[in-house]
Amino acid sequence: MKNLNNFWVVLSHTYISKVKRKQFITSTVGTLIFILLMANIVPIIEFFVSLGDDDTKTVVVVDETNQLGELFVDTFQTMHEDTPIKLGEHDEEGLKEQVLNDEIKGYVLLQLDERGIPQATYKAKNLSEFGTQEELNSTLQQVKMVYVAQQMNLSGEQLLLLNEPASFDQEALEEGSKTQEELSQARGLVYILLFVIYFAVILYANMIATEVATEKASRVMEILISSVSPVTQMFAKIIGVGLVGLTQMIIWLGIGYFALQKNVEKMTGGFFSVFGFENASISTIIYAIVFFLLGFFLYATLAALLGSLVSRIEDVAQIISPMTWLIIIGFLLAMFGLYTPEATFITVTSYIPFFTPMIMFMRVGVLNLPVWEPLLGIAVLIVSIILLGNFAAKVYKGGVLMYGASSSLKDIKTALQLGKRNNS
Amino acid sequence: MALKLEHVTKRFGKFTAVDDLSLEIPEHEIFGFLGRNGAGKTTTFRMILGILDPNEGEISWDGKKIDYSTSPEIGYLPEERGLYPKLTVKEQIVYLARLRKMNKKDALKELDNWLERFKIPEYKTKRVEELSKGNQQKIQFIASVIHKPKLLILDEPFSGLDPVNVELLKTAVIDLKNAGTSIVFSSHQMGHVEELCNYLCIMHHGKTVVNGSLREIKRSFGKKNLMIHADFDLDFLQEFPGVTKAQKTAAGMHLQITGEDVAEAILQQIASRGMIRKFELEEPSLNDIFIEKVGEELE
Repeated sequence: MKNLNNFWVVLSHTYISKVKRKQFITSTVGTLIFILLMANIVPIIEFFVSLGDDDTKTVVVVDETNQLGELFVDTFQTMHEDTPIKLGEHDEEGLKEQVLNDEIKGYVLLQLDERGIPQATYKAKNLSEFGTQEELNSTLQQVKMVYVAQQMNLSGEQLLLLNEPASFDQEALEEGSKTQEELSQARGLVYILLFVIYFAVILYANMIATEVATEKASRVMEILISSVSPVTQMFAKIIGVGLVGLTQMIIWLGIGYFALQKNVEKMTGGFFSVFGFENASISTIIYAIVFFLLGFFLYATLAALLGSLVSRIEDVAQIISPMTWLIIIGFLLAMFGLYTPEATFITVTSYIPFFTPMIMFMRVGVLNLPVWEPLLGIAVLIVSIILLGNFAAKVYKGGVLMYGASSSLKDIKTALQLGKRNNS
Repeated sequence: MALKLEHVTKRFGKFTAVDDLSLEIPEHEIFGFLGRNGAGKTTTFRMILGILDPNEGEISWDGKKIDYSTSPEIGYLPEERGLYPKLTVKEQIVYLARLRKMNKKDALKELDNWLERFKIPEYKTKRVEELSKGNQQKIQFIASVIHKPKLLILDEPFSGLDPVNVELLKTAVIDLKNAGTSIVFSSHQMGHVEELCNYLCIMHHGKTVVNGSLREIKRSFGKKNLMIHADFDLDFLQEFPGVTKAQKTAAGMHLQITGEDVAEAILQQIASRGMIRKFELEEPSLNDIFIEKVGEELE
């Protein structure tokens, strides 16, 4: 197969010349640094927090009620052991001075209001440190609860009963439906993967359009198409750039994964639980890869088609703007659908080829779809890629021979005419 | 191994770029295509290469249709010169040679020979954008011949080169021909075609107006040029039977006549009138033929 041979020559040339380029190395390393930073975000934040740490400084409690001070301090310490707290003398002027001299963090005036309910005023140099205020506030609420209960002569058991939160459960009735917790985790993962798909498709589709336009602009195209058929060349280029993208992804994901593994314990709690790193669903990841690849091929084919129409690199951005809009609209719909995945228009748009990679992926990640739905989406994509690939090959064949100043979609017609075998 | 075009027509929409073109280009020869811009030369070349498909007619090389399986046998220097600006000379020549089924080792060896010949071996590892235009053109030429094609198509190979480089390239072309390569080339410059080609065609509006061997074309053109320098008035020759064109020059007159017999008659007429300093009968130049056939000057 002579054509197959040339296919490999073009593919390897595309791949090697791209990977060797400075741009590739800097963008790979740059993003890698960003990933490593993000993976280590918890230790980094902790480091900076520890730099400006105020926790060594004490909060002084001035007890004007003469009965609640100790309760307050004890309660505070059981709830927030990190921040030192102590009872202090009733000497506001002195305390004020200590605060301004940075000797203590601040002080709390503990009082009873006219109804006999505890109240407190916190005074500090400034109120920028929100955490301490919250801690003091929650302590006060606790103290008030205990104090009022005592006033009402409630027993310990009664107090416990009062304190106990009522349980609120939710249950999805549809079988196999995701629980709320699972849903929010799925959402987080899908959210991140949607971003990856979105950026990767834009980045690599752009790369292909630029590559084709560069070959036209430098007029090397005419020699190329006299040795390799435009169709072979186009597909070799798409797969070559696809491999460049895959290489970059593997470097990023591989190193990112190891970096995350190291810090995964720190990232599982609190804020990060939203992103569902704890039990990332294997099927979601697999769907992400499948939809990324199909999305890439679909958009890359479109990019090659559009790139073949222009003869100057400056015109690339303009000619591919319709494609960029398609990606952005698909992305926005998918983002919107993340919170209303059952909406009819989301279901409908998930079968529109240029939107499928993102919207169908979002649906399959968040909802519990019957298997035929994503499979139908994949089928829609494959058929679209074949149809578009065929069409693009025809345009490309003529497009690469056109050297005009114009760069509009109307050129597609001219290109088709030029590339046609028999147009008599 | 002849290249044959039979009734080839190429239309772009309503515009007919090449109109019922039939040619036979002999092997191991240099065949020249002459014509103004838009005459259909580049379109013809692109059809020969299989980049464009003709609407009608057949093109065959060695009896078979030219397609991508024959591309290793064909070399092409396009009119729109182009190389990858960011790649080194070595990288791109090897890439283009590999696309024409030459292996890397042979390509590198051949590249060294050519660079040596063009006296630019130091450019092997330079990026193309760093080279001067003339040197880029040499690299472009190397790219079209590196894989030792049997059929070489050169579209305006000498345009934009200084006279020294034109000579260098011309010698290379002649050597390739002597080594057995069949060469097709186009040019605006009559001089180059007259010097290099034994066979040629003149294209005009997609048609050939003249086609055949140079000697044959000149002979069948019939007309000849006559240059006369004399000390007396030659104005009466403008009306002389057999003179188709007359142009006064500083020292005498430049005539176009229909044949040798006319020259003889003129000589008899003027021999008795006084001193004749020059009387020279010339073959018509290609330029004369071109103007006559196409009806306008070639720029």
